[in-house]
Formats: sequence, C-alpha cells, structure tokens
Amino acid sequence: MQDKEYVGFSALPSQLHRKSVKKGFDFTLMVAGESGLGKSTLINSLFLTNLYEDRQVPEASARLTRTLTIERRSVEIEEGGIKVKLTLVDTPGFGDAVDCSDCWLPVVRFIEEQFEQYLRDESGLNRKNIQDSRVHCCLYFISPFGRGLRPLDVAFLRAMHEKVNIIPVIGKADALMPKETQALKQKIRDQLKEEEINIYQFPECDSDEDEEFKRQDAEMKERIPFAVVGSSEVVRDGGTSRPVRGRCYSWGTVEVENPHHCDFLNLRRMLVQTHLQDLKEVTHDLLYEGYRARCLQSLARPGARDRTSRSKLSRQSATEIPLPMLPLAETEKLIREKDEELRRMQEMLEKMQAQMQQSQAPGEQSDSL
Amino acid sequence: MSKGLPETRSDAAMSELVPEPRPKPAVPMKPVSINSNLLGYVGIDTIIEQMRKKTMKTGFDFNIMVVGQSGLGKSTLVNTLFKSQVSRKAASWNREEKIPKTVEIKAIGHVIEEGGVKMKLTVIDTPGFGDQINNENCWEPIEKYINEQYEKFLKEEVNIARKKRIPDTRVHCCLYFISPTGHSLRPLDLEFMKHLSKVVNIIPVIAKADTMTLEEKSEFKQRVRKELEVNGIEFYPQKEFDEDLEDKTENDKIRQESMPFAVVGSDKEYQVNGKRVLGRKTPWGIIEVENLNHCEFALLRDFVIRTHLQDLKEVTHNIHYETYRAKRLNDNGGLPPGEGLLGTVLPPVPATPCPSAE
Repeated sequence: MQDKEYVGFSALPSQLHRKSVKKGFDFTLMVAGESGLGKSTLINSLFLTNLYEDRQVPEASARLTRTLTIERRSVEIEEGGIKVKLTLVDTPGFGDAVDCSDCWLPVVRFIEEQFEQYLRDESGLNRKNIQDSRVHCCLYFISPFGRGLRPLDVAFLRAMHEKVNIIPVIGKADALMPKETQALKQKIRDQLKEEEINIYQFPECDSDEDEEFKRQDAEMKERIPFAVVGSSEVVRDGGTSRPVRGRCYSWGTVEVENPHHCDFLNLRRMLVQTHLQDLKEVTHDLLYEGYRARCLQSLARPGARDRTSRSKLSRQSATEIPLPMLPLAETEKLIREKDEELRRMQEMLEKMQAQMQQSQAPGEQSDSL
Repeated sequence: MSKGLPETRSDAAMSELVPEPRPKPAVPMKPVSINSNLLGYVGIDTIIEQMRKKTMKTGFDFNIMVVGQSGLGKSTLVNTLFKSQVSRKAASWNREEKIPKTVEIKAIGHVIEEGGVKMKLTVIDTPGFGDQINNENCWEPIEKYINEQYEKFLKEEVNIARKKRIPDTRVHCCLYFISPTGHSLRPLDLEFMKHLSKVVNIIPVIAKADTMTLEEKSEFKQRVRKELEVNGIEFYPQKEFDEDLEDKTENDKIRQESMPFAVVGSDKEYQVNGKRVLGRKTPWGIIEVENLNHCEFALLRDFVIRTHLQDLKEVTHNIHYETYRAKRLNDNGGLPPGEGLLGTVLPPVPATPCPSAE
C-alpha cells in the first residue's frame, strides 16, 4: 500500500497466523475421573479420531492391586491446513481401588514434573526448540449417578485446581432426565463454591460483539458443568432417517450433537473452537508462573521453609547433568551472588552510619555515599 | 417352580412343590382317578387351603436389604418393587444429604396388604457404603448386622419359654447394586460379594440400566457373570441349593441368561399410548419401567416377589442361619450360647463378625 497514512502493522495478526500455521500447534489435554464414565468415547467424539482403538480394560480382580498409571497418547490432527499435535494424558486406575487415599498424588506430581521440565528448559542455554509438555487442560468427569461431587472428586479437584485448568463435565448424561440434569449441575456448582475450587473460567466476550452473541455466550456459560454424551458410532435415526452420531436405545435415539439432548456441542465449541489458545495462555501466564515463582522463591531463601523441595531439586539436577552445565544451578548461583552483593552493600552502609555517629559533627551530615 | 406357600415354622416337610393357590371349591371334590390307593376320600389335600387361610390371618415377614453406592437408585427401586413408599428417599436434590462417614444401617418396616395377605416388609438401607475415598472393610458393619439378626433368632430359639412365633428380623435377601460402567465389576463389588455371599442371599442388579444399549447390556452382563464365576462368588439362586431337576433347569436359565437383572426404577407416571405407565421421560423417548423391551425390572419383580419369595426365606433359614447356628454351637462346645459347662456363663456374642464358613 502506498497510502502515506498507512504504516502496515495491521498486517501483524495475519503474519502471526501464517507463522503459527507453519509452526503447528501443540495441545496437551488430560482426562480424569473414575472408569466407566465414557471418557474415551467422548474424546473420540470430540476429535473425531479413534485414539482408543486397542484399548483393553482389565477386569476387577486385576484392578484390585493395580496402582494408578499415567498414559500419554499423541495424535496429529490436520484441519483446514492447520496441524495440531494433540497429546492426551490418561489416568487409568483413578478411583478404582477399594482404598483410593492419595490416589491423586501421582497425577499432581506428573503435572508439576511438566512444569519443572519447562522451567529447566526455559532457564537453559538452548531455548529454540522447547517442547511444551505442560498440561493445558484437564477434563474432569463427574458421575451422573451420584448426588453431586463425591469425596474423591473434591479431593482431586482441590489438589489440582491451582495447577491446571479444570473443566468439569458430567459423563454419560443420557442417564438423566432434564430436571435431574439441572439439579445435578446446580448441586455441583454449589459444592464447587463451597469447597472454593477454581475451575477454568471461560473469558468474557469482547465488548464489541453483538448482543445476540453475548446472549448465546452467557447462556452457554450457565450450562457449566457440561453434561455430555459421546458416541463413536453413526446411527440412522428412525425419525428423520438421516445419519447422526448417537446411541440407539429401544425407546429412542440420543443424538450427541443435538443441543436439546446434551451439551456436547457446547463443550466442543468452547474447548476446541474458541478457547484452545486461551487455555494455553492461562496455563503459561498464570499456572506456570505461579509454579515458577514458588519454586524460585524457595531457592532464593536458603535455609528457609522449603528446604526439602530445594534440596530435592538440586539433588535431582545433580544426578542428571554434570554440575557446571546445570542451568538451574546457574540461576541459583546468580541469586546467591546477588544476595552476597546486597549483604556487602548493607555492611558498608552500616559501617558508614557508624562512622557518622562517631564523628560527632553536630549539624554536619556528610553524605559520603 | 412356583412357591406361593405362606411362612411356616422351619419344617422341611412343608416345603413341597405346590401350584399357585387357585380358588378352591367350598366342598372338596371326590378324586376322579380309579387307581386311587385310598379306599375313599380322606381330605388331606385340604391342607393347602388350611395353610393359606392361616397365612392370611398371621401374615408374614420379609426383610430385604439394599447395598450400593449412593445415587444408584436403590430406594426408588424398592419403592417401585413394592408399589409403595417403603423406602426413605432423598428425593429432592436440594435437601442437604450429607454422605455419612461410616456405613449406617437403617431398617424401616411397613405393613403392606394385597389380596387379603398381609406382609410386614422391612427395608434395610446401608447409606455410606462405597462412598468414601477409603472404602476398606466398609462391608463389616453390614456383615455384623446380618449376624446380629441370626444371633437374635438363635437366642429366642434356645429359650426355654419360647415365643409362639419368633419375630424374624433376619435378612432374607440382599440386593447389590452394580454401577453401569459398561466395563466390568469394580474391585469393591468383588470384595463385598466375596465376603457376604456366604452369609446372605445376594441378588446382584445392574442399576440405572437406561445408559446401556442392548449390546452393551448383554456384553456387560456376560462379563459380570464370568467375573463372579472366576472369583467363586455364588449369588442367589445358588447352584448347591437346587433341590431337584426342575429347580435346577429353571434356576440355570435365570442364572446363566437373565441375571444380573438390568433395572430401571421410577416413581413417576407418564402417558404412553393411552396408558399411564411408570417411567422416565427424556427428550429422546420415554423409558417404561415395566416394559421388557426397555429393562428387566419386571423380571426382577417376578423373581423376587412372585416366584422366589418363599424360597429366599427358606434358604435363609435352612442354610445361612443353620450355618451360623452350627458355628456358634461349635465355638461353645456344642452348647447353646450363654450357657457353659456346670452352669458357668460363657462370653456373649463376639464383637467381630463370625468368619464365614469357607
């Protein structure tokens, strides 16, 4: 454009867009909740892939002694020229055992390990190709059969809500009649408030959106937690005889993409179509920064409260990489040096103050600093 | 096998096969068979009518326990089974129902009447089961309760001056609610049934079965049956207690094909094809509780109430109770509890439940 009024930086968004299209997009989604709530089916429905093809669910007697494991599965999805590398983190075994005490600890540790890895990479020397393996979102499945959140749900959510974006969903929502769904959602919302659990807040609409959009957005937010139904099958609905993704019962067919039947469309729209980027940003700007601050603070105060975590960090680092090359130790060294400098400056200040008092020169305040 | 017999005192002689009570003529008819061994009509076949009359006068007891995680529809199902509000229900979500920290046992009795027959029905609820984070041994209070009822009955039985009719609080039937995960049993389900199937009649049911399609239901049932078999869990009707071939064939069919019954319960009625039916109304259709194409509630009801009610009581009395009694007497050196050699008084019922006979 040769127009002298036009500088040209309004083209920036499309430049960014082109770059990210080339670079591709990473997203890590964790799915958690007790087994049998339709998690895998929902993921397959959300991303229209068959990620759980060769799945074998072990029988009860095998699960008696099984501990919780963390499984990661990656798939590359391409749509409209944009490549997404979707990593799914699964937690089979959660909530299964007779005694589930502390069964969420491995999950919490896993999330913190990803933060720790990122922190290390970020403080390191080669930062060009940092792999972001941090969990950007956790879909937590609540049973439709209970009367709200169960003690295990509350314990898990409280352990995780400051470390990952949580989106609670009600699984197998075709077990509920409309009134029951409403009552359950309200109960869950009340419980979340009572237990002070912070779930992911979908951001406000831009103020320049039209009223209709804002109304729809508000309506959608009222439906949280979303009551979802998943299906990996396309069935022919008797009434309209068009193929729909759904579940065929003797009394009718549930259509997964019918907003009167369940909130699947809402979830897909809000999670995949509009807020993937925001989830990543919140993970980076809020949750990761919180972790980083806590971590560095405990390093900066040697001998202070978090001695254990600090020593754990340095011990871990020491065993993995030889000392001089250690990025974390470098940061630690820098902080120590700065501390030393501060201490020296403080000493000098005190000395000078003492000198001033000794000089006993009335009215004369020599500012030798 | 259809046992419409009223409750009798433990006599094995009375547990013969009898057809459904039909309206009897006022005067007994002479037998038509010419090969009758009797030289005339004696009238022993009127015993059935006499028993029926007695039962109608005295009524009978039936105690049913429901076990399962909260929210699986236990109370609704029992209310639907007996077509009355016999189970206290946390009907409204708004009510502050706190999950109890330990398993509680709540027994509520009702007298319901049908066709002149009175039944004292006691529903024993077990809120708190399976709801905690740590559910280790959460079946112990339940086992303890069941054994306490056996103990109560035993104490009455060994009394010198016994009551004419010992009040029967023993648990005749335990409905165990399986969550419809679609995968398999949960470890807690296995643990509970392993411990309790030797002390009480357990009838496993798949709760809230309206979340499973026909194929999912049939696969799930198969898997559950296999898991129970592999773990040596015998649910009611137990194979070892089949009395004759007729019993065995009938029960085999139920054991291998129908059970565990996949049920749906409801206390609401809707209009379907001009009739009012019990059901659940969803945007995609109405689930009719008593429609066999929709769920197996009717099968469960017929099984527990219409055909096997008496047998449930008898197996409880003749088998489970006798096992308990024998163990108690053995522990006491062959003497009834409370009495010792040379008149010494022995310690009372152990606080921990008696280990079930293997």
